Amino acid sequence: MSGEIEIQNLKSRDPFAEADEDSGQTTQTQEYIHIRIQQRNGRKTLTTVQGIPSKFDHKKILKVIKKEFACNGTIISDTESKGMGEVIQLQGDHRLKIKDFLVDNDSGLGLDEKTIKIHGF
Amino acid sequence: MSTEQPAIQRRASRKSVAFTDEKLVVDTDGNVTMIATQDDDTRDTAMSHTPRTPPLSAALGAFTDAPQAPADGAADGAPAIADDGLDLTLLKKKKKKAKKEDAEGADAVPAADGEEAIDLTMKKKKKKKAPKEEDEFAKKLEALNLEGGEAAAPAVDENVQDGDMDKGTGIWAHDETKTVNYNPLLSRFFALLSQKNPDHASTGTRSYKIPPPQCLREGNKKTIFANLPEICKRMKRSDEHVTAYLFAELGTSGSTDGARRLVIKGRFQQKQIENVLRTYIMEYVTCKTCRSPNTELSKGENRLYFITCNSCGSRRSVQAIKTGFSAQVGKRRKMRV
Repeated sequence: MSGEIEIQNLKSRDPFAEADEDSGQTTQTQEYIHIRIQQRNGRKTLTTVQGIPSKFDHKKILKVIKKEFACNGTIISDTESKGMGEVIQLQGDHRLKIKDFLVDNDSGLGLDEKTIKIHGF
Repeated sequence: MSTEQPAIQRRASRKSVAFTDEKLVVDTDGNVTMIATQDDDTRDTAMSHTPRTPPLSAALGAFTDAPQAPADGAADGAPAIADDGLDLTLLKKKKKKAKKEDAEGADAVPAADGEEAIDLTMKKKKKKKAPKEEDEFAKKLEALNLEGGEAAAPAVDENVQDGDMDKGTGIWAHDETKTVNYNPLLSRFFALLSQKNPDHASTGTRSYKIPPPQCLREGNKKTIFANLPEICKRMKRSDEHVTAYLFAELGTSGSTDGARRLVIKGRFQQKQIENVLRTYIMEYVTCKTCRSPNTELSKGENRLYFITCNSCGSRRSVQAIKTGFSAQVGKRRKMRV
């Protein structure tokens, strides 16, 4: 089954994420990194990144990202985000860029692409 | 003409969900194409004598009749088959034909890049359709002349397996005693199959169509999603489930108004809603095994949702809709925290 899906969905967004769930690994959902977007007033948006592994220094990541994407951002602490872990919140729509950053091996975190889920429109 | 035919041609990353009401199909990657209903009619009447075989056999890479088919048929036919699957019958047929005729238009492919940009306006496409139809027709006529001329000549030759099966010439002549090679026979089989049985030939290659979401703006900050019940009915999913997913993905909230329309907080365009619906369909509607949209969502034993496919019988669990973190936006921030 997974073979067929891989072939057919190679170009689609994240064929592997679902495939993983299929094989009964639903317990791992916590390890997804969710990239979301939220609308603010007007054309403004917020990008939130939830679930970056704690082995990374979020502060440093934020610092790099802020410089690279030329945007401001904060880290929402665990208590503030109501138990969702530390969340990086950026101003503006940086979903794709941040995904590239997370995946990039050289200048990024080198994470696995299939652990990243992009939400939103 | 040559600017938009490649647009049809370039569908390598085609995905299975399309939004359509009549003749407009929006691919997942943003390509917009028209299902040519009248177009096909004309072909059936005026063009009935056009050889039907070449498109199909071009895909098979085996036909000696169509002189221009091997050139790009081999090149394009393969991707057409390898492409993402679910497609429209009519479209497919047309697409391949278009491909074949587009041998010389192939250099115009890069022009399609601009076309690929997402545009969902119906008017735009409708306008374009008319000239295309004519043009295609003209091209086909040309091709017909070409083929007719060539088919007559080699038919005399002993070894050439040639002829027009629709017209019953060459090897397909009724009183022909020569043995017919495998490849022409094979292509004839597929041609006939697709001709007589258009549904059968295309099972699994149809794209899933739902009516495009209608988005209205209520005031300045709210969007009304007018035909949600309709879409839900089409997908066989409960309104609540779809609504919950929409809200979770868009990171907003909203409500339903008196006419069962969904009022979403925030400004959203039809395009954006479409994208979300597309991911919803990918995740909660299509069967991962057979890619059929004919599925049912039911609550299983332990609060898990399961999708049961009606066509292949597979059953799989789907993730519950989770909102995840959502930042506090707006003035009330201090009040709430």
